[in-house]
Amino acid sequence: MKAGSNLEKMMESGNFAVTGEIGPPKSCNGEIVRHHAKMLKGWCESFNLTDNQTAIVRLSSIGAGQLLLEEGLEPNIQIVCRDRNRIAIQSDVLGASALGMKNILCLSGDHQKFGNHPTSKNVYDVDSIQLIKILDGMRNGYFANGEEMKDEPPKIYIGCAANPFADPFEFRVTRLEKKADAGADFCQTQCILDMERFEKWMELVRARGLHKRIKILGGITPMKSVKAARYMKKFVAGMMVSDDLIERLDKAEDVKAEGVQIAIEQIEHLKKMEGIAGVHIMAIAWEEIVPEICKRAGLAPRPQV
Amino acid sequence: MIIAERKPIDEILGFLSQHQKVLVLGCGGCVTVCLAGGEKETGILSSELAMARSKEGRPLEVAQKTIERQCDFEYLEGIRHMVKDVDAILSLACGIGIQTCAEAFPDKFVWPGVNTKFLGVNLNVGEWAERCQACGQCVLDKTGGICPVARCSKSIFNGPCGGSQNGKCEVDPDTDCAWALIHDRLARLGQVESLREILPVKDWSYSRDGGPRKLVREDLELESGK
Repeated sequence: MKAGSNLEKMMESGNFAVTGEIGPPKSCNGEIVRHHAKMLKGWCESFNLTDNQTAIVRLSSIGAGQLLLEEGLEPNIQIVCRDRNRIAIQSDVLGASALGMKNILCLSGDHQKFGNHPTSKNVYDVDSIQLIKILDGMRNGYFANGEEMKDEPPKIYIGCAANPFADPFEFRVTRLEKKADAGADFCQTQCILDMERFEKWMELVRARGLHKRIKILGGITPMKSVKAARYMKKFVAGMMVSDDLIERLDKAEDVKAEGVQIAIEQIEHLKKMEGIAGVHIMAIAWEEIVPEICKRAGLAPRPQV
Repeated sequence: MIIAERKPIDEILGFLSQHQKVLVLGCGGCVTVCLAGGEKETGILSSELAMARSKEGRPLEVAQKTIERQCDFEYLEGIRHMVKDVDAILSLACGIGIQTCAEAFPDKFVWPGVNTKFLGVNLNVGEWAERCQACGQCVLDKTGGICPVARCSKSIFNGPCGGSQNGKCEVDPDTDCAWALIHDRLARLGQVESLREILPVKDWSYSRDGGPRKLVREDLELESGK
């Protein structure tokens, strides 16, 4: 065990894992985080806490992580490279670890152009792969400059993201390999809205044996409307939405119910897919649907390990 | 080359509002090539300024001159006699030229007439693009001659990030994804496998982050007998 988190135990023991996601609010109102925590408690092994997602200033991921710990949930702290240099990031890792946070997910981060402070300076002192390497070094007792820690190193289970829907397609597998080489233990994929493409990507992943080196959680996002699906297809960079999925939503009488149904079918499909260690459910602004999806997809109750 | 763009006329008029006599000083270097502050632009701006001020009923006496290079003290010496007669200099050189000018003439106001944009290349008529950030430690040997520091929106070293689609950057559909370019070029050269190597964290101390930079070459100092 590297960190001994629920997530690590679940995956390392070969169980199909479930992670969720909570987006902290644009305020210091911790009750909003607690509300989501109470609603989602027990449905997933751990919950991602986004780090100023879409470059909008929000309650910090570590702050929200503390609220989750207090509510008895396990946080998965996201750290993006956009806003902090290697000094601040390592300091945050030590702080998060001191508070008992064991999972950290390394991301590049959305460019500030998309957020509410587009005139800010970006940092990108390190990139997401270098960040993984820094965290791997830290848990082995070394700072990024090579200096040995005088005290106990932080225990971290290191996560990363992969986007099978961005280009260049084949290089996406190489990039996952680089992340595994850097020391990532698990990977959550971009939400799958084009299963055919995802299958092709997984074939390449398996051909290189990567699924044996890194735990892969397939990204699931239930669609609330046809409009949202069309928007994602057209305007979200690095996003693919299959025409079949849009057609199904379009023809459905109850679009939301169909969106949930599709998510459940996707989970059932991923459960059988070789090399998939679990699912990461990102119900964006629809957190309350997570229990229903988990129940109906046979993911509840969560096994105790 | 250094790419610059002339500042809006109203901003420039604002700088000059307190002056009666001004020297509009063009530069024969980069700003001439990128059509921001050469002899032609110096002439046009001089007329515009004189006209605008006479319209206001507060005439401005405008002298104009374009020298070989404003980033060179030697060429600035050649206009010392002209500078003597004016209240201020409006420099149409890049930020380097403007500062050299201010250093050469410490008793004169020196105003910037252009915004210095970047180190780049002319792609088409009226279109320029950034190519270098002068980070001080070139990595082009590892990236197929395409710079991730200057051309990737996130300056990442192990790209492309998840926002790359159809060869374009998530930040702007008109911007090529630098890492897609790097990947495709190395693939063409049969070197794509080299991208499996993790490029280490960059030493930014060679860049501006290390503080203002200075280069001293002792070999040249010795040669000149200094």
